[in-house]
Amino acid sequence: MDGFGRKVERFLQFFAEYGGYRKVLEGLQNTLTIAVLGLIIGILIGTVIAAVRVVPKYKMLPRILNAVCTFYVGLFRGTPMVVQLLIFYYVLLPILGMNMTGVQVSIWVFGLNSGAYISEIMRSGIQSVDPGQMEAGRALGLSFSTTMLQIVIPQAVKNILPTLGNEFIALIKETSVVSFVGATDLYVAFSYIGSNSYEFMVPYLVMAMIYIVLVVAITLLIKVMEKQLGKSDRRK
Amino acid sequence: MSKQAEENKEVIIDVKGLKKSFDQKEVLNGIDVTICKGDIVCVIGPSGSGKSTFLRCLNCMEDPTGGQIFFDGVDIADMSVDINIHRQHMGMVFQHFNLFNNKTVLQNIMLAPVHTRTAALKKNKAASGYTSAAQIKAQAKEEAMALLKRIGLEDKADVYPSTLSGGQKQRVAIVRSLAMKPDVILFDEPTSALDPEMVGEVLDLMREVAREGMTMIIVTHEMGFAREVANRVLFIDGGRILESGAPETFFAAPKNPRLKEFLSKVL
Ligand SMILES: Nc1ncnc2c1ncn2[C@@H]1O[C@H](COP(=O)(O)OP(=O)(O)OP(=O)(O)O)[C@@H](O)[C@H]1O
Ligand SMILES: [Mg+2]
Repeated sequence: MDGFGRKVERFLQFFAEYGGYRKVLEGLQNTLTIAVLGLIIGILIGTVIAAVRVVPKYKMLPRILNAVCTFYVGLFRGTPMVVQLLIFYYVLLPILGMNMTGVQVSIWVFGLNSGAYISEIMRSGIQSVDPGQMEAGRALGLSFSTTMLQIVIPQAVKNILPTLGNEFIALIKETSVVSFVGATDLYVAFSYIGSNSYEFMVPYLVMAMIYIVLVVAITLLIKVMEKQLGKSDRRK
Repeated sequence: MSKQAEENKEVIIDVKGLKKSFDQKEVLNGIDVTICKGDIVCVIGPSGSGKSTFLRCLNCMEDPTGGQIFFDGVDIADMSVDINIHRQHMGMVFQHFNLFNNKTVLQNIMLAPVHTRTAALKKNKAASGYTSAAQIKAQAKEEAMALLKRIGLEDKADVYPSTLSGGQKQRVAIVRSLAMKPDVILFDEPTSALDPEMVGEVLDLMREVAREGMTMIIVTHEMGFAREVANRVLFIDGGRILESGAPETFFAAPKNPRLKEFLSKVL
């Protein structure tokens, strides 16, 4: 146990004195930024795709859009996130002549990727809403998109909130692959401390604890939001 | 009703050769009917005969597969018309109420008026007759509260529908369609999902709306109500109108054998 005490001491020393904490803060910030912005982009993309998928398909345009969405979802669900990151960073960016940091690329890839997953979640959420809700809106003369936005999607989101929370947690955990495109995340930060102090045990334990704290905090946050959104179910 | 009176009335819905099939299955086999302003038409018939399908074709909730539906002179069965505009003048009341679960009672009533009027304002301010979005909201709220007061539910304005009884839900659904000031309201078995003790309050409200001159088309199993309120009753079976007439003769002296059989079962 004495050995472990020394390891902790060594970790704290590198954490505090040799700039380790700055790296960790940067990594934490990047992890959260990529996960949060990725989730927001993912929700936007996922909602649009889900709406396209449930639109009645009499006309040509919805059919074409639907085919595009199917292709998109298949593409992003059919390849690992790491591969998508590498392709974006090392293939697409040079071809397009664009300049982006690893973090920026990660945000977009996480958004595009989770958009594909969230579209499926959102679609099942939309399908879980009583079709009578859409009918009532349309019968009043509201358009498909107005009824979708005002009536169906808010109810769908309420139904899928726990699943969306899981998606967010998955995104947080998956940020550990962004080091492949040179972004500093928690893994990079703690590896930095580890390799400088020649001591990996404590840094990786602390890293695991930070992930657990994040996940627990998000789980609690979702519980609170569910309660808020559940207002319309409660008797008053 | 005398022939003379019939001719003087203004036609509002004119259905010609309406057909509807789901996949291969023919549900409506050519329906012809003319509905005038102020008519209260009750539609009766056995289960599965196509009553709901007929009603739902009238506002194109189901797209007709054949025939024409002239509403105020425009053929709305034609897929190229903007159906939303026409639906704004055609209310619909459902068996299962379909109040918006995520909106309060007041918001349920205000949503469509506010939305359509705001759209009109944005499109053409001068022609819309409204000055601002705030004015539209204030006016819609006032109108919605007046409607709620009329059905004695003004204290329920800010609650969500899940807290209402079935009868209250259906009465809110009826005033929600009234808030759009429609020219006609379609009812699909509005009391079938209600506990017996709540049927009365809904039928009372419908009587009141009828007395005020609203044009109403009502699919119903309430024969007493049909006889009392309707000025015309249609009998649908096998996707056709087999008999139609004023309730006095319709119920007292039915001619069609299928109608006779149906009435003997339900009366
Ligand atoms: N969306 C649909 N797809 C396929 N078949 C349908 C659909 N809607 C209705 N039908 C069929 O059309 C027929 C007529 O149905 P409809 O609901 O119009 O009858 P109804 O007269 O309203 O009956 P009820 O008194 O039970 O309400 C039924 O056989 C029904 O199964
Ligand atoms: Mg029916």
